[in-house]
Amino acid sequence: MLTLTAPQKTVFHKISAGQKLLSLCVVSSALFQIESLTVLACLTFAVIALYLSQGLSFAKFGVHMLWPLWPFVLIIVLYHGITNDLAAGGEIIMRMLIAVALANLVTMTTPLNDMIDVLMRLLRPLNWIGISTKPVALTIALFIRFIPTLIERGITMNAALRARSTGKSGWRIIVPLTLSVLNDAEHVANALRARGGVRTNEEG
Amino acid sequence: MERSTVLIAVFAALIAALGLVPKFTLAFGVPITAQSLGIMLCGTVLGAKRGGAAALLFVVLTLAGLPLLAGGRGGLGLLSGPSVGFIIGFPIAAFVTGWVMERLQTNVLTSSFIASFIGGIIALYIPGVIGMALLLDKTLVAAFGLVSAFVIGDLVKVVICGFVTQAIYRAQPDKVLSRA
Repeated sequence: MLTLTAPQKTVFHKISAGQKLLSLCVVSSALFQIESLTVLACLTFAVIALYLSQGLSFAKFGVHMLWPLWPFVLIIVLYHGITNDLAAGGEIIMRMLIAVALANLVTMTTPLNDMIDVLMRLLRPLNWIGISTKPVALTIALFIRFIPTLIERGITMNAALRARSTGKSGWRIIVPLTLSVLNDAEHVANALRARGGVRTNEEG
Repeated sequence: MERSTVLIAVFAALIAALGLVPKFTLAFGVPITAQSLGIMLCGTVLGAKRGGAAALLFVVLTLAGLPLLAGGRGGLGLLSGPSVGFIIGFPIAAFVTGWVMERLQTNVLTSSFIASFIGGIIALYIPGVIGMALLLDKTLVAAFGLVSAFVIGDLVKVVICGFVTQAIYRAQPDKVLSRA
């Protein structure tokens, strides 16, 4: 499946996921306190430099990740162009782009497994009050396993629909797709139960 | 226990798959995908707790780096972007849809319409609009103006959600857990 992590190895890959997430939290919260246009402009250049330091293709991937924000940039430019207050608009755009670019940097350089490890570590206090986090780990694994299966099934059902219908109403596959998913769930649940079930105690 | 665990996982995957169903475009050019329909279905079919959990699982793993949001988006950047409220709103919307569904006494079709409207539109747009207003530094009214075009698409999805839930209830009534 497609991932959002960069194909290139960067220096940011060497920093632990927990450290990256913590610094992202601190930097992002601080960023929303900054109102000076000069400071924001300097930070924008710093972020661009940070991306470019890992090579041109990495920076290009970074731009690709930021691309979905263009409608908002356009809206802000138009709005503040009309109200003749482009400085305020520039502040909003730069702050948004810096925050998203930094967050993307963490996503691009942290494998999914490391992220899930951090998540499970954050959930660990639940174990202390007697709630097991093992079903959570199982649910995550099942979810990831089912994504390609369901996407493929959706594509197959769509192809079958198109083969026998002239319309383009793709929503017609939603009922059979949902029913098939409900039946799958029943089978997998039975299979799990037959193999000892989901252990909710810690020794399991 | 096993049943709930698996249902939460497969419905989270269903939300992901529905984000890829070929999107249809409304008359005046607003594209809509079936992703938020998936959120509504979580509530109407699985009920508040399981439905909310499925949507939460979808959101958490999308933020962790799976490109599952319609258009292949994902990652932590979503939390700093203008759509943050809608991302956070997904689990809330699924939970509210399920909560309303479980409490309504009317038939499945009517209940699904009402529940998915309250959950999938009202409970989703409140955090969505607040997030957009904060991130773009605009008033709530202006932020709502920006997303109002999408409400029409979501109203279509409320209708589809009602008929889909009814069809599932007719085929396998015991699977609609919000009514079990």
